This record gives sequence, C-alpha cells and structure tokens, in this order.
Amino acid sequence: MAVGSVSMRRLDEVLQEVPFFAGMTEAQLGLIAGCGSNAIFDAGEVLVREGDAADTFYVVRHGTVAIDLHSPTRGSLTVETIGPGEIVGWSWLFPPHRWHFDVRALSPVRATAFDGACLRGKCEDDPVLGYDLMKRFAQVFIDRLQSTRLRLLDVYGDGA
Amino acid sequence: MHARERVVVQPEALDALIGALRRRGYTVVGPTLRDGAIVYEELESGDELPVGWTDRQEAGTYRLERRADEARFGYAVGPHSWKRFLFPPRIRLWQARRNGDGAIDIAEEPPDERPLAFVGVRACDLHAIAIQDRVLLGGRFVDRDYASRREGTFVVAVNCFEPGGTCFCVSMGTGPRAESGFDIALTEILDGEHRLLAETGSELGAEVLAELPTRPAVERDVDAAEEAVAGAAARMGRTMEAGDLRDLLADNLEHPRWDDVADRCLTCGNCVLVCPTCFCSTVEDHTDLTGDLAERWRTWDTCFSVDHSYIHGGSVRPDNRSRYRQWMTHKLGTWHDQFGTSGCVGCGRCITWCPVGIDITEEVAAIRGGGEREHAPA
Amino acid sequence: MATAPEYVPAPGAMAPAPYVVRERVQETADTWTLTLEPLDGESAAVAPGQFVMVYVFGVGEVPISVSGALDRPAPLMLTVRSVGAVTQRLCASELGAVLGVRGPFGVGWPIAAAGRADVVVLAGGIGLAPLRPVLLHVLERRAEYGELVLLYGSRTPGDLLFRAELELWRGAASVDVTVDAADLAWQGKVGVVPQLVAGADFDAASASAFVCGPEIMLRFGIQALLDRGLAAARIFVSLERNMRCGVGHCGHCQLGPTLICRDGPVYDYETAAPWLRVRAL
Repeated sequence: MAVGSVSMRRLDEVLQEVPFFAGMTEAQLGLIAGCGSNAIFDAGEVLVREGDAADTFYVVRHGTVAIDLHSPTRGSLTVETIGPGEIVGWSWLFPPHRWHFDVRALSPVRATAFDGACLRGKCEDDPVLGYDLMKRFAQVFIDRLQSTRLRLLDVYGDGA
Repeated sequence: MHARERVVVQPEALDALIGALRRRGYTVVGPTLRDGAIVYEELESGDELPVGWTDRQEAGTYRLERRADEARFGYAVGPHSWKRFLFPPRIRLWQARRNGDGAIDIAEEPPDERPLAFVGVRACDLHAIAIQDRVLLGGRFVDRDYASRREGTFVVAVNCFEPGGTCFCVSMGTGPRAESGFDIALTEILDGEHRLLAETGSELGAEVLAELPTRPAVERDVDAAEEAVAGAAARMGRTMEAGDLRDLLADNLEHPRWDDVADRCLTCGNCVLVCPTCFCSTVEDHTDLTGDLAERWRTWDTCFSVDHSYIHGGSVRPDNRSRYRQWMTHKLGTWHDQFGTSGCVGCGRCITWCPVGIDITEEVAAIRGGGEREHAPA
Repeated sequence: MATAPEYVPAPGAMAPAPYVVRERVQETADTWTLTLEPLDGESAAVAPGQFVMVYVFGVGEVPISVSGALDRPAPLMLTVRSVGAVTQRLCASELGAVLGVRGPFGVGWPIAAAGRADVVVLAGGIGLAPLRPVLLHVLERRAEYGELVLLYGSRTPGDLLFRAELELWRGAASVDVTVDAADLAWQGKVGVVPQLVAGADFDAASASAFVCGPEIMLRFGIQALLDRGLAAARIFVSLERNMRCGVGHCGHCQLGPTLICRDGPVYDYETAAPWLRVRAL
C-alpha cells in the first residue's frame, strides 16, 4: 500500500463528498478524519487476508475491490464487489477483530483507510458520534444482507 | 559385525569383479557412456566402464570430457540414479480378470527376484538408497516390489576423488566417503601406480573380493586413498547450510523468493526424474478391448504436475509457485517430519539437469539471507 | 494427539480384494449408500473415520470414507457422491456387482477420548458420512458420554443424507439441521451450519467436537466452536487431499509435514490449523 500525501484539500473536506458520511456535522467529520489516511492500491494487490488482524475499514473512492473467500481447489471465490463510495470492512467493530474474508483490488484503487482502534475510541468518548456511525453501518449491513438473501434465492434459476 | 579388510586391486581387475558377480547370478549394473552422458546400465564386462572420462557439471550444464589418465571412476554422478532399478519407472502391480459369474480374480505381479549388483555407487547415492528404504520399507506398509528388488542387492561403492561442479555432499553429511551400506568400497588412486583400494563391508563382499587378484594394502595405499577423498571433499562445487532447514522453510512459506523462482521454473519435472530420492508415483488402470482383463501399473509421478494435487473441484497447487515450493520444502524440510531425515543427499543432479539452471543451494541461501516476509497492507 | 484404534489391512495392501454389493440405497439425487461384503473371508473391522480405496473394474480407484464403521467386523458401508468417472460407476453399481476394496487405512476419530463429556458433531453435506460412525459409536455406548449434539447442514433439503436416521437419532441426541436454501416443503431452519453452534447445548469447557465438510465450511464452523470456547486440541477434523496409494508411498496426499493417508485423515485442529492457513500448500 502506498500512503499518498494528503491532497491539497484536507481529509475532512474530502469526506464531505462521500455519501456514506452524508449529513454528518463538520465537527464529526473532523473527528473521523483524524483517524483516516489516504491509501492507494494497484490492480491485483491484496489488501487483506482472511484471519488478519482487522483494525481498519476502507471507504473506496475510486476503483473496485473484490471480497473473496479462498477454496483450496477453486482458488479465490468472489462473493461481492465494492465500488466507489462504498465501505469495506466491519470486523473492526467487534472482537476478535479479525477479517473474515480476503479483500483484493480489481482495478487501481484509491481509498480512505480508517484506523479502527482510533475510531472505536472516539465513539466511546462521544456516544452521539458512535450511534450515528453505527446507524450508518447498520444500513450497509441490511443492504448487503438483503442482496445476499436475494442471491440465495437463485431467482434466475427455475423461474422464481 | 564384519571386520573390514583392505586390499589393493588393479584397474583391470574390475572386469574380473563384474565377471565374478555375473557368475554368481547377479545382474550387474554400473556406469557406462551413452548419448553423451555417463548413465547406469547393465554391464557385461569392465570394458564398458567409462575409462578416462570426466564430467563438467554446472547449473543447467552437463558435458563429458576426456581425461589425461585412464581413471575408471573419474567423474561424479549423471542423470541416472539407482532408483531406476530399485523403484522402476513402470511396473505392473496386478492383473484382474472378470470371470463368468461377475466375480473378479486378482493376481498380484510376482516379485522380481533377479539379484542385482550395483557397481560404482557413490556415497551420496548410498544415502539416497537408505532414504528410499525408509520411505518404502520403513513404514507400516512395505512396498513388495521395492523390497524384492532391494533384498540381496550387492553394493560396490566408490569413494569420489573427482567431485562434480554441483556437488554438495559435504554440506549434507553424505559423502564423499562411503561409511556403510556396501559390500565392497573402492577408492581409485591415480597418484603413482594406478590402483584401487578395496575395503570389504560384509562377509559376502570379502568372499567376492577373494576371487580377484589382490595384494594387501599398505600404509601408502591407505594414505593415498585418504588424500584422494579429502581432496574431493575440499573441492565441492556447492555448499548449503543445512542444519535448520526444517524450521527455516516452515517459517518462510510466503517468502518473496518463491515468486522469484516461480518466474523461472518450467515445472518440467527434470529435477524429480534425476533426484535419487524422489519417490512420488501414480497408478494407471487399463483394460483390454474385451473389457474382461484389467491391469494396474505403477509409474513415476511428479509433484510438478497440476494433476498431482487434484481433488474434486480443482488442484490445490494450481501454479508454479506452489508446486516449486512443495518440491523444495518437501525435499529439504517436511521430509524430516514425514520420514525423520532430509530428502536431499547433495548429489547436485537437480542443479545440473534443470534446463533453466535453478540451484537449490542458491534458493536456500536467498530464503535464509533476509528478505522481508510478505505483509498485507494494514 | 489422541489416537484411535486402527485396523490394519492384510499385507499386499496394493491389490484389491473382491467385494460384492449387497445393498444399494439412494440417499439424494447424486449420492448412494452401498453395503458391501467380501467375496471370500470375513468382513474387516473398520474404525470410525477410516477409509478404504474402492476399485471399479477397469475404470479406477477412489478413496471413500466408511460410513458404517463400528470397530468390529461388519458389512462395509460406503456413502458415495457421484462426482467423476469412478464414483459415477460406483453409484451405478447393481446388486451383486463385484468391486475391489483395499484397506481400511488411516487414523480415525478419537471418540473414546471424549468419554464422559459432551460430543459435538459438526457436518456439512457429504461430510456427515464419515461422521455417522461417531454418532453410532456414541449411541451404542450412550451412558459413557455426555450430551450428543449433531449440527448438520446441506445445500437444499434434497441433499440431506440419512433423513430417516436423523429422526431416529433425535431421541438420544440433539439434532439441529439447516439448509442453505429451502424448498417449498421445508419447515426447518434455513441458514449455515456455523450459525447453529452459538445456540447449541453443550459444555464448551469439556466437550469434544468432530467436524467434517467442505473446507470453507470447516473454517467458519471451527471458528464458531472456538468462539464458544472449545479448545482447538479437542476439535477433530477430517481432511482430504489427492490420494492414490493409501499406504504412504506415493506422495500425493501430502499436506505440509503430514501424509493424510498415514497420519490422518483425522487430526486435532491445534495440529492442523497451521497447515490449513497456508494457501496452496
């Protein structure tokens, strides 16, 4: 991973444009930005391996990443792809803080990486911020779960 | 416990040795020159030995050259090892016949009981034979075919005085002197009178030697022999720090060097073919056209094939990287876990016969010599 | 590592002995259970978790776990899924057909070591077949063990094995079954097997777990057991790799430092975990 130099704009200004954080106050964005940094990945680069310590989540700004599970005989199986504006990683939220999947850049990727421990600390100190973030994450979980359930139904199969 | 004796024989007596062994019913196998290499084949006389030849071996290179003398054993090891006789590339295991009422009669292949005599076994290859003994005879199940070929094999070892360019038996503790596992051990001496010091390693070895014209060995014979072997030990083509390889390799399964060698390795399997300890095999089931007669054959196999690790769904080792890593970490590392010894005897064949010159000693040094473990970005 | 009793096949373990198909039951659309008896001589005793190499005349040979192993001579019960040339022919074998059998081979489930405490069986798909002997063993000696918990899942209800026995076992065991995707008739749980672990009734401090299934399911299932507090040394898993000879000579079934046909296929998770973590080992 290459840590890019912070662009001419401050990170909290950049975050204002990320839909995931839409509606948060400047102060809240400032707090969150304090835990963030820029991250750049090449196409094909592995961000995360299943089982690695999970103390980061990413907001993808450009490019696409794949969420994979490794099978000994089939290699990397992609279960989902995540694109610009979307978040990658929720294992940082709860112990034992270990990634459950592999994450791999499918294209060149620019993302904002957030330090989980830092953010957990700020949420503990500021429950209003914490609840706000938790609601946003919950919405992501719900969306992803719903989409997974629909995929399980195999609606393209025998005419569901 | 046999008390070793030492005598001296003339080079010409090697013909008598081969004759003596043949008269006792042995199929004698030894070095001979064919197709630009010194290989192991059945010998009928001492004339077939590669007299006055030596080899020039380097990574990916093997050339024969004429010597200025008439040494019988003035070279190292070639592409063959003794495993082709003890563990042949293709054997039939059994035949099965479907009889009228649907039953199957299975007839195991009778064991090959022709006694073998190996002439010219280097110390590294003696260790290799012992290693294969452990794999195929030393576990709960005994390989019947290997056991029948191995039993009663007469071994004439040769202590090297001319190491090959890729040899590293000293690093592996497997040579150049043959310590045990032979019936007779020969050391060729070119200093002064051209002669061979012959050491008996068994009662049978002593009996056979007694049929040849010999004279007792004196101090200058023994000293000259020691010097020749010590000279070989000092001129090894390669070294490898081998004491901690089991742990070193187990701790470095994601070392970036594996990607590096993967770019070079063709997975051609030459190293497996020439390695004296590689034992992987597979089975082929055949039927004839009537469908009533079936056979199973055992053939050599290689972990470099994609098929080697195939289970339903795909191959566990789908790429060059994982397959080269398997071969090398098995040979030098996990062989210890599986069989209690290293799988490598330092013969250098894999280095010589690799078409792209991959050098196992260099790969070990690269893995040992630092280099960062691959980290996923945090 | 706890050891299980092993039964050693006759010498000459490279040549199959002829066995006759005595019974044939279709379990699912692609899985059959065959019961075999030797043409000559007595049935061998097979320890739970051991496997045999089954030969189809002129076609080939495959390793199959014995799904009826009872630690004593008994007809050979094999549950086979049709996935390739040999298994397809195996599944199509008629009553009276003669097959070749070598074995049994391998180290089986160390069930007795779990005595007096709870036994948890975690099975995914065809993985229930090698685990069925664990259930039978405990059921036969019910008083010697604590709770018996079976957590089992398959892709669809149509893929569930031993459905009649699952009902029979409910009396003496806690049987929790789930499917990834339901059909119209299914009234049971829909979800993945690892999800069944959190709510299962067993004492994690003392229980032993026996796990078999696809490797991805193994990883998540074992993680769920570890999250419950089960020690890795008391979680036993059956591993699978390419197998040709079954006797430790051909080199195919290597997984790092182990030969699965000789040292496995059953391992405790504390020993096996490092091997499973390395990709393409």
